[in-house]
Amino acid sequence: MSEIDMDHLESLFGDITPAVDFCSLRAVTTRETHLSVKRDVCDPLHQSIDSGVMITVVHGGGLGYGATCDLSREGLKRAAAKAVEFAAQTAGRSVVDFEQITFPAPIGEYCSAEERPWEDVSLTDKYDYLRKACARLKNDDRIVDWGTSVTRTIRDTLYLTNHGGRLRQEFRFTAPSMSVTANCGADTQTRSLGGLQANCHQGGMEVFKACNFKRAPHRLTEEVIALLGAENCPTGTMDLLLAPDQMMLQIHESIGHPLEIDRILGDERNYAGTSFVTPEMFGTFQYGSELLNVTFDPTIPHEMATYAFDDDGLEAKKEFLIRDGLLVRGLGGLTSQHRSGLEGVANSRASNWNRPPVDRMANLNLEPGDQTIPEMIEQTERGVLMRTNVSWSIDDSRNKFQFGCEFGEKIVNGKIVGIVKNPNYRGISKTFWQNLAGVGKAETVGVFGTPYCGKAEPNQCVFVGHASPTCRFTNVEVFGGE
Amino acid sequence: MQTYFYQLADALCGQTAGSETLLLYLQGEDSDFVRFNKGTIRQGGGVKQIDLSLDLIDGQKCASMSMSLQGDLAADIAAATFQLSTLRKQLPSLPDDPYILFNTDVQNSEQIAESTLPDTSDIIDTITETGKRFDMVGIYATGRIVRGFANSLGQRNFFSTAPYHLDWCFYAHDDKAVKNSLGGFEWNTNAFHAKVALAEEALAVVNQPAKTIDPGEYSVYLSPSAMCEILDMMSWNGFSARARELKNTCVLPMMQSGATMNQAVTLSQNTAGGIAPAFSPAGYSLPDRVTLVDAGALADPLVPPRTSAEFNRPVNSGGESPNSLEMAPGTLATEDILTELDEGIYCNTLWYLNFSDMPAGRITGMTRFATFWVEGGQIAAPMNVMRFDETLFRALGENLRTLTADREFLPSATTYDQRSTSSRHLPGAIVDNFRFTL
Repeated sequence: MSEIDMDHLESLFGDITPAVDFCSLRAVTTRETHLSVKRDVCDPLHQSIDSGVMITVVHGGGLGYGATCDLSREGLKRAAAKAVEFAAQTAGRSVVDFEQITFPAPIGEYCSAEERPWEDVSLTDKYDYLRKACARLKNDDRIVDWGTSVTRTIRDTLYLTNHGGRLRQEFRFTAPSMSVTANCGADTQTRSLGGLQANCHQGGMEVFKACNFKRAPHRLTEEVIALLGAENCPTGTMDLLLAPDQMMLQIHESIGHPLEIDRILGDERNYAGTSFVTPEMFGTFQYGSELLNVTFDPTIPHEMATYAFDDDGLEAKKEFLIRDGLLVRGLGGLTSQHRSGLEGVANSRASNWNRPPVDRMANLNLEPGDQTIPEMIEQTERGVLMRTNVSWSIDDSRNKFQFGCEFGEKIVNGKIVGIVKNPNYRGISKTFWQNLAGVGKAETVGVFGTPYCGKAEPNQCVFVGHASPTCRFTNVEVFGGE
Repeated sequence: MQTYFYQLADALCGQTAGSETLLLYLQGEDSDFVRFNKGTIRQGGGVKQIDLSLDLIDGQKCASMSMSLQGDLAADIAAATFQLSTLRKQLPSLPDDPYILFNTDVQNSEQIAESTLPDTSDIIDTITETGKRFDMVGIYATGRIVRGFANSLGQRNFFSTAPYHLDWCFYAHDDKAVKNSLGGFEWNTNAFHAKVALAEEALAVVNQPAKTIDPGEYSVYLSPSAMCEILDMMSWNGFSARARELKNTCVLPMMQSGATMNQAVTLSQNTAGGIAPAFSPAGYSLPDRVTLVDAGALADPLVPPRTSAEFNRPVNSGGESPNSLEMAPGTLATEDILTELDEGIYCNTLWYLNFSDMPAGRITGMTRFATFWVEGGQIAAPMNVMRFDETLFRALGENLRTLTADREFLPSATTYDQRSTSSRHLPGAIVDNFRFTL
């Protein structure tokens, strides 16, 4: 199978739809191209085309799905029959009576904004661009590994319901990446462009410019060599400044995941975990200081998880999850909202055609404040400014965390006094955000994301976006390496 | 499926011309997934997927494509032929690749595991009937998994297996639960009920008031499942030949500073004892066993073809990390674990590990399900979750007191994109002075 003929699929839908209360068809075609240069040698060009359909049936209170790569009429009928079979098996013994949920019949379209189309640049020119950047990363004998790459993804989706719903959404992602590793004896240090594919965005070639790809090699090589000679990050309780390429991880793990309503309802307890957040906390729990404002915002043009509708057909719009520090809304789609009675958002998302949608983050952003970075440094008597996530670990209630960064700068008496390596910090979500003491202005905001948010059984990896300014926290337990 | 794949391969490989070589790698499954929460069903359904990778190689150039197939021979030959012609057109514009390497010594093989699994509906009945008595959450996955390799040199390999996997927890309250799993090729209701009975006993202990320990160093028993988490971290870059060549590895202290592991530690990639295919995506027949750590000292790293070409080492693996990792057993009898531990932490599950200082081999992570405080060789109380931060070389070196004589075979429950065929075969361990930090 190559790409799906969506029009043909649409013409088949009426014929293969079983006589049930609700039926939807979700078709996904994903085309991906990966170009990579490692240590000045181009890896083989890798491309993929993946296509398939999931048919979901609600009948008699049960819900079942059948997913297939067989897009013939007979293949679709078999998938529909599988969905019917599972709906029958689950009826009367599901977590909820699905008949009580009104699935929407949405009509709409969405296409990613792309200022400079990927196709306008030839394959040869793209390789040349990556090769030149890669070559500039190797400017010291201590540099042992270096590389550049870009992943281009186009995802075309069709969603149909037996009640007349019809959605077409086309996503265009570009994710450039760069890293350099240096070694000296028993020490190895790495610097990268924002972390593991963190510069993933919707858009085309303009994404390279947005992440300063061309100028990055000089900065990264300087920093990685400096890290080899740097002192270890100090140990103690102190102030912590986090740049946007670490804030994204902090938001993701200690706000995003705990607010997923399916976690709160217990669905994830066997795998991704539960949550310290309970239903009673919405509207009453002060999640952080009054400086903390967090939004679910699927409307920002180039952020990774921007879309018009989620995979259950719910229209997506911006909502505050935390306003002035108060927890006001959770991350739950249609089914979770019905099950919990809580207000949610349009975040029922599937990683692909072969996995059913569940509650996911999308774009989860920390709204800007009123401080400049120099002001936040000046307010810090003793602390560390950390950049670029490299390590992440948090308990299954999303409470006790420990995160590490690639690069740290020590602050003493309001001034940066030097680079420190192996910067780590740990804390507890429930109290960490109370110590948010400074939020950067809009010009300090960085927009990042990840294609690797894992969750659910069967497992699903989805893309999410996180935009945040630089932030300052007080009383954080900071430490370094061995 | 084997006939379908070989016919597809014949049709595609027959299209190569001149000095071209075509490598094909098939991955497919026809799976049922049923997800449970609170003893009821959260989601249930079936997934049929087939994916074919094509590597077209001509001289120093290689273009690769993976594509989903329908399972219909005529349609798939047509679709793959189109993609093959696309790759052929791309080849001249691609840069030379000095590290192309694939197997040219034709070695055909078949690994086909029979299975007698019952209908998913019968399993759902059994599980939901039991689940009524518990706050049960988990997943049941079943169905056939296939892998195939073919090349234009005439090599054909096929692997087919049909295991099931039930991975679940019984919850007591909040984050307190007992974790269990059951897997294999033949469903055994009695084995399931036996596991349920044992879990029910453990649940009674988990329900007792929990103890919170202060940060500090404690003796700890790590179950095979907990050891799996630690060794999975080591597998990120500890056994990779490329990572070692580039000094970007968690075993750097063993390479640079004379660090060693305890002599009791012997680790292998045991392909013969695992459940993954014995051939690689580049067509190599994999050795039955590669010793990775031998009596505490670094032995052979894993060398996939590309790394082989780059660093001039013989191929011994399909990838840079093990998919059938085995640890040699120790001598401690299972019934003596608590007595030997005497006082400390009995840890059934670790969770969410990551490096806190990778080149030093330092790892952080959390305790999770059914972790107990032990006093006087007896389980005294369930424990609240704790964070550890510890190096591989302390935990599996000077502080490793003993390994258990019994090992557990742990098939991976991972289902990202597709069901995994990885596995681990590991003992438990008692480790002294294990550092807990939060």
